[in-house]
Order: sequence, then C-alpha cells, then structure tokens
Amino acid sequence: MTTVDLPVAVPAPVRAPLRQPGRRRRLLTFIAEHAIAIALALMFLAPFVFIALTAVMTNTQALTPDVWPNSWRFDNFVEVFRTAPMLRYLTNSLLYSVLATGFMLLSSIPAAYALARLRWRGRNLAFMAVLVMMMLPPQVTVVPMYVLWARWELTGTLWPLILPNLLGDAFSIFLIRQFLLTIPEEYADAARCDGCSELRVMLQIILPLAKPAIAAAALFMFFLTWNDYFGPLLYTGENANNWTLALGLANFRDLHRVQWNLTMAATLLVMAPVIVLFFFAQKAFVRGVTLTGVKG
Amino acid sequence: MTTVALPAVFVPAATRRLARTPAPLRRKRRKHRLFVLALMAPWLLGFCIFFVYPLIATVWFSFTRYNLLSPPEFIGLRNYTFFFTSDPYGLQSVRNTLWLVIFVVPIRILFALLIAQLVIRIKRGGSLLRTIFYLPALAPPVAATLAFCYLFNPATGPVNQALAKLGFGVQPLWFSDPALAKPTLLILTVWGLGDVMVILLAVLLQVPVEQYEAAHLDGANVLQRFRYVTLPFISPVLLFAAVTGVIQMLQFFTQAAVASSVASGVAPVGGGLGERLGYPDNAMLTFPIWLYSKGFASFQLGYACAMAVMLFVVSFAFAAVLLRKSRVFLYGAEQA
Repeated sequence: MTTVDLPVAVPAPVRAPLRQPGRRRRLLTFIAEHAIAIALALMFLAPFVFIALTAVMTNTQALTPDVWPNSWRFDNFVEVFRTAPMLRYLTNSLLYSVLATGFMLLSSIPAAYALARLRWRGRNLAFMAVLVMMMLPPQVTVVPMYVLWARWELTGTLWPLILPNLLGDAFSIFLIRQFLLTIPEEYADAARCDGCSELRVMLQIILPLAKPAIAAAALFMFFLTWNDYFGPLLYTGENANNWTLALGLANFRDLHRVQWNLTMAATLLVMAPVIVLFFFAQKAFVRGVTLTGVKG
Repeated sequence: MTTVALPAVFVPAATRRLARTPAPLRRKRRKHRLFVLALMAPWLLGFCIFFVYPLIATVWFSFTRYNLLSPPEFIGLRNYTFFFTSDPYGLQSVRNTLWLVIFVVPIRILFALLIAQLVIRIKRGGSLLRTIFYLPALAPPVAATLAFCYLFNPATGPVNQALAKLGFGVQPLWFSDPALAKPTLLILTVWGLGDVMVILLAVLLQVPVEQYEAAHLDGANVLQRFRYVTLPFISPVLLFAAVTGVIQMLQFFTQAAVASSVASGVAPVGGGLGERLGYPDNAMLTFPIWLYSKGFASFQLGYACAMAVMLFVVSFAFAAVLLRKSRVFLYGAEQA
C-alpha cells in the first residue's frame, strides 16, 4: 500500500455515513451466520436425538409419528442383550480392536521411525510403497488374501484381520512418520554426543516426544477396526460365533423385523464407545486427522 | 558425516578400495544398516506377503477360472470380455459407483468447505460447533446407516412425518426407490463430512491474514477474496480431499450393502446375499459389492480378480495423480 496520505484527502463528513451501514451490515451477517450455524448444527445432531429417543420408546410407539417417548423404557438396552448375543459380539469386537491396535503399534512405530529419522538408500522408495499400500482399496487384494487364509485354515475367525497388523499398517506408519518429521534433530544429536546408542536415541529421546502421534494412530486403528464391516463380513460371515458388533448390528434388524426401538437401542450401544472415547481424546484425534492431510 | 581420510601409508595396498572408509566407520555403517533393517523388517515382510504377492496373484487369477476347490484354469481374457459384453450387473455396478464418485465427492467437499468457513467465523462456541459437525463422521457406518434407514423409512420415519406436517403431498420411498436410493446415500455421506471438514478447517486457519486484509483494502469482495487468496492456499489440501474421496467412493461398500439389505428386509449375511443385493432394482449395487458377491457368494474368484484388477488400475491412477501433484506427503523428506 503506497497511498499513505490518501485518508487525509478524504473529507470526514463523507466517511461517517459510509460507516453506518457497514456496522449494521456486520451485525446482520453476524446474526445470519449464527442462525445458519445453529440450524446446521441442529440438523447434524438430529439423527442422534432421534436414535436416542426411539431407543427408549415402546415397540408400538416407535412405529408412530411420535417424537417424544410416552414412557421411558430404559430396559430396552437390557432387552438388546437378551435378544441377540451382544456380549459375545462385544468380546469379539474388543478382541479385534485391542489386538489389532497393539500389534499395529509394535510393528508400525519402528518402521515410521526408520522412514522419518534415519538416512538410508531406498528410503523414499519404501515410503512411496507405504503410500500406495495406504491408498489402494482393500478389495484389490482381497481374493488371494482370502485364499491364503483359507489355506492356513483361519477363515471363519478374526485372525486374518488381526495378524497382518503384526507386519505394519500403512496408514499408521504414514501418520507417525509425518509427526516424527517435525521433531528437531537437535534433541537426538545432543543425546548422541552424550554417547547414546541409536536404539536409545529412538526409545528414550524421540519416541517419548511422539506420544501425541502414537496416541492418534492408536485411536484411528481402534476406530477403524471397531467400525469395520467389510473385513469381519468377509472372514467371519459364515461363523456367527465370531461376529463383531458391526456385523451383529447389521443383522440385528432381520431377527426383529419391526422392532425399531430395540434396533435403535442396539445402534446407540455400538456408537457409544466410539463417541465416549472421542470426547476423552478429542485433541489427539483432531491433531491426527490434520496431520494426515495438511502439511506443506 | 565427514570422513577423515587416513594417510595412504597406513593402509595395505590390497584393501585400498575398502580403506577409503576407515574400519570404525565401516562398522558403524554396518550397524546403522542393520538397525534400519531391523526396524523395517516387519513392514518389509508384510509388504511382500500382504501386498506384492496378492497383487501379482490377483492379476494371475484374473486370467483364470477359479473356484477355490479346483486349481485355477487359464482362460485368457475371457473374464474381462464377459464383464464388458455380457454382465449387465457388472456394468450397472460401474454406473452406480461412477454416480457416487461424481456426486458424493464434490458435494461433500463443497459442504465441508462451507461449514468449515462458517465454523471459523464464529468466535464463541466455535469448538463446540466443530465437535458437533465432526461427530457423525465417527459413527460406525453400520450404525449410521441403520439410523438413516429408520429416519428415512417411508412409512413411519421422522423425515416423511415431517414432510407430511409441512404439507408435502408426496411421501418419498428413499432407500426403497431406485431413483432416490443413491441420493439418500448421498445425504448419509454428507452428514458424515466431518473428516473432510477437520482437514479443511486446519488449513483455512493457516491462510495468512495479511493477504486477506490486503485484498480487502484493494476492494475485493467476499467471493474475490476466496478466489484469489483462500483458494490458491488451500488447493493442495482440496486435491488431497478430492483424491482420497474418490478412492473412498471406489471402495464404497458398507453403507450401500447395509441400506439395501435393511430396506429390502433381507439379512446381509447368510441366506439372501445373492439375490437381493443392490436392492432396490440394483440401484445400490456398487462395484465392490458386486465384486464381493461374485467372489465370495458365487465363488467365481477369477472373475472377482478381473474386477479387482480394474479397481486397481482406476484407483492407482488417482493415487498417482496425488503422489505426483503434491508435495503434501513428501514434506520434510530432506530434513531428516
């Protein structure tokens, strides 16, 4: 801006009436923005509210236009466990999510560390491979994988979904690597000067600093496996003993065709752990999301 | 690393080539290589077993007839020619998936961008709003789809009830109407736009404020400011969102499978998988659903592999665009 002395040239009486509509306009946009935001927020929340309200209705009321429950039937949630083996599904889901997450951390943190903080020939190539692995749809390799697990007689169980995590998960490697890049090398150099071995630099200096990314990766993995439908359907579809919550929920309605109240109660039960976990770890989570998409 | 060259006198002639790096350093380098190898070994093994091998096997199976019981039998390009000439469901599934790519991806990004802009402008309660808009993205897809099946169920669903109260004569069938099934899926995916929104939110917060002010002083209006200041700044992230969105839509399975099975009243696993898949009128038969049903309901594994190869080619093309066009990923590759 080179026109420094222009304001002096503008007569004061002209500026005053110009400002007035500006302020009013600002107030109007303020009101409009807030109104739109609140309306949208209510629309985004509405499905949750309807699920929750329907979940505590009687079965007959769930089929009526009523929005508000006449009587609050909280024992619907107990009923859900009686009508379907939800506890078994829950155990299976926990087995899948916890083991997959634990295994993923064991195998992916070292790989992410090597990709981010060590120099070696072929590193960029390996990283490209990680990215391609991350981006390709799982359906591309699904047939030979199924044949492989069938040969090892593990189809019908959740192990085909858990065990591969022992050998690294591309997305988690990517996520943790992106964070490790942001840690200044000075920390490591200082430790090296004090005679630290490379292993100790990794375990005692760098990885403790990477806790937020590791937490985010673990959360993502937990959510991914908890929400997974395709994997359990493929491998445990024919064996209802090993169904996860997602699979059990998808089949819940068929058992109880018109019982929307119980279906919604079950839906709420499956959603709840994810949402509770999110509220506890919101910061790590949002940080993880942005780490994957916004850098550079 | 600076290598201090030893005087040649100390080095026996026979080992001169090796001697360029002194022994302690060589040992150190070998140790370094072993360290890297140890760290990368699990991933490398996984890459071979769970990626390279199945990729090659998929291509090989795609030229065969294979049903898991008898060994694969080579039939050349027959799987491919059959798909393009005599599989009406296959082509329908391509059309459906294409519809999802064309409509869902841009609409989700557009809404996510608008909402992100709105959330940024609201000072008080902004973080609460962010959480509310993000929440649906967390809902397990099966649960979210079931919820929408209830909300949009034609007879007693709250949506149709509301339409009736507002005086609309028509009561849309939503998931049960071949023409509306995919648009209803679109609504479901727009509801879950939180993942895109959070990314856009993060980058929008980084747009330099001075540039805004400068544009403002130059008399640029809201749209111009967006076009000339915001858009160039966020375009790499938009590209990221678009490409990952396309790849997500290419593998769109859960919501369509659950919605069509619930709306048709048949369980997605067990009995009726074959016949009622893609209800209504194959409107929700996406490419991966057809692949799944070909491979694992009728066990035509060779045919499913041919479809997998097509999926691979298309998604790899999109992935390559992203990998080439943006330095988003390789950021910092030089600094470590």
